[in-house]
Amino acid sequence: MARWPDPWRLSYNGDLCKASAALPLSLAKSQKANMHIPDGYLSPSTCAVLYGAAAPFWYTALQRVKKNLSTRLVPLLAVMAALSFVIMMFNLPLPGGTTGHAVGVAIATIILGPWASILAISIALVIQAVFFGDGGITTLGANCFNMAIVGSLVAYAVYRLAAGRAALTSSRRVVAAALAGYTAINASALCAAVEFGIQPLFFKDPSGAPLYAPYPLSIAIPAMMIGHLTFAGLAELVLSAGVVAYFQRTNTSLLKLTAPGNLAADEEIAGADSQSMWRTVRPLWIGLALLLVLTPLGILAAGTAWGEWSARDFSTRQAREKMAMASHNTAPPVQPPRGLERLSSLWTAPFPQYAPSFVRRPAVGYALSAMFGAGAIILVSLVAGSLATGGKSRG
Amino acid sequence: MNFLERTLASFLNAVEHALDAEDLAKADGLLQRLDPRIKVIGILTLIIAAATAHKLWVIGAVFAIALSLAVSSRVSPLLLAKRVWIPVLLFTGIIALPAPFVIPGRVVWRLPELGWPMTAQGLLSARYLVTRVETAATLSVLLILSTPWTRVLKALRVLRVPVVLVVILGMAYRYIFLLLESARDMLESRRSRMVGELKGSDHRRLAAASVGVLMSKTLQLSGDVYSAMLARGFHGEVYMLDDFHTAALDWMMLAVFAVLAAGAFYYGR
Repeated sequence: MARWPDPWRLSYNGDLCKASAALPLSLAKSQKANMHIPDGYLSPSTCAVLYGAAAPFWYTALQRVKKNLSTRLVPLLAVMAALSFVIMMFNLPLPGGTTGHAVGVAIATIILGPWASILAISIALVIQAVFFGDGGITTLGANCFNMAIVGSLVAYAVYRLAAGRAALTSSRRVVAAALAGYTAINASALCAAVEFGIQPLFFKDPSGAPLYAPYPLSIAIPAMMIGHLTFAGLAELVLSAGVVAYFQRTNTSLLKLTAPGNLAADEEIAGADSQSMWRTVRPLWIGLALLLVLTPLGILAAGTAWGEWSARDFSTRQAREKMAMASHNTAPPVQPPRGLERLSSLWTAPFPQYAPSFVRRPAVGYALSAMFGAGAIILVSLVAGSLATGGKSRG
Repeated sequence: MNFLERTLASFLNAVEHALDAEDLAKADGLLQRLDPRIKVIGILTLIIAAATAHKLWVIGAVFAIALSLAVSSRVSPLLLAKRVWIPVLLFTGIIALPAPFVIPGRVVWRLPELGWPMTAQGLLSARYLVTRVETAATLSVLLILSTPWTRVLKALRVLRVPVVLVVILGMAYRYIFLLLESARDMLESRRSRMVGELKGSDHRRLAAASVGVLMSKTLQLSGDVYSAMLARGFHGEVYMLDDFHTAALDWMMLAVFAVLAAGAFYYGR
């Protein structure tokens, strides 16, 4: 029998969270069937931000799909949205004897491409929310952002990367589809978990009770992810892999859209592809270069970023004042949190505070750090890209 | 129940919901008599008011408004309990259950034997979540139970939703039922040919093949629908006839919605 120490009789700081042991399981069970966020879980401001975040994707998706389909757009999107809706109602049998629902986002992406998938899944989510009350109306932007947008884009990236240029009937495509489905639905769940988890940070009533989803990130993320890494992820995995395997046997032409390396006039199309690819990504490269040049602007920002403190900051007066200012004049604890102190020695950044030790001027250090960071990311992407291309030539 | 039966049951549930909605939308009640545009704006404002409120009693008051709207629109509380309240309570209730033990705050009670502390703040936050979700879900279901879907869609035009999206939503809704029927026939015919139990992996193969067939059928259907649209002279432009008329009751109810929502926003701060 667990006894709580005396001071806990009057107040409870929630640190131990022993009582939450049952939570992940209960959430996992209830989330198995549903990851549509209902109204009331997210604050209106979070909802507005997520509607805003979804809008440019919807706009771009509509423009792209319109360009490719022109007048076919209306009937194709309508029936594909209807199909997405019906797929979401399938109870998929999972290993272990249970069943689970899938969103079908990876399979929609593989057959239709990511942009049409974003639109089809979003429309299906609108009908589910408005007509069937599955998912909220204020949270519609969040649901579309998590499942339709993040889901489609992650599924596309993973599928293309994992499938490489493998033949349309290659079993590598089945594995790629399985991975795409599993990763996409878990990425969507992670987004939802983060949205839940930030609610108690920002929205509390005067007594300190959370107004919306009550659990902090430390509980929301594991609770959501356990359900999705197991049941929901598995359902998506089974569906994506199964349908791709089915099309490999019956109608491979449906898999062509997201396998450009397999078209007949490979050479010509690849040439045209790389040209049009360059045309598409050119504005992104220009934007990235501009952002890199503008990085020293970050130095002008006043104050410190909330929560980005080091253990040392707790002992200097100046840093303590800045922390209090950033926390609505709440004084930070006298001693640095023990966990922070212990973990801060685990890893030392190569460029602490965005300033390599050999550079004197902070602006130059800042720009250098940005260039180094961006360079590292580009390098990793190129290596991953070339690995995938290597796979294509072998496939 | 195996996957076939469960899936067929969820198809049936969707159709049942649609039939309920169609029947109730024809009834002679308060919400049914309103112009759909006023209804969409009014109910949406109340949902936002419930989502914004920082006081439990204000959310409760919006719930009471929703309940009285339901009763005056001949939507029985029993139906609401079956379609909304119980499912929401089961889903959100389970999620909110650990909150009183997890949220830090003033301890009000301890679980016997285990000694886990239950905090006032945790209890309050669980109540916030459950009442808010129940209220918003009741309101959004009321909208659909009192208005035919096509009219809800047309009313979305007042919120500046693009015409092409409204048309796609309308068509998608129509094809949902066609595809549900097609999927149901497929699963029923498979079930009628089954003797004994299938293995788990066979079930999975069957589910994936069903979705695959449905997908091929859908793509073919989209081609057929497109040809039919072209044959009727479709050039890619979509138009919509707005045949809404507002009466004195509509303006009066708009004012009532506005006052109620303003009150909820003001007192709920």
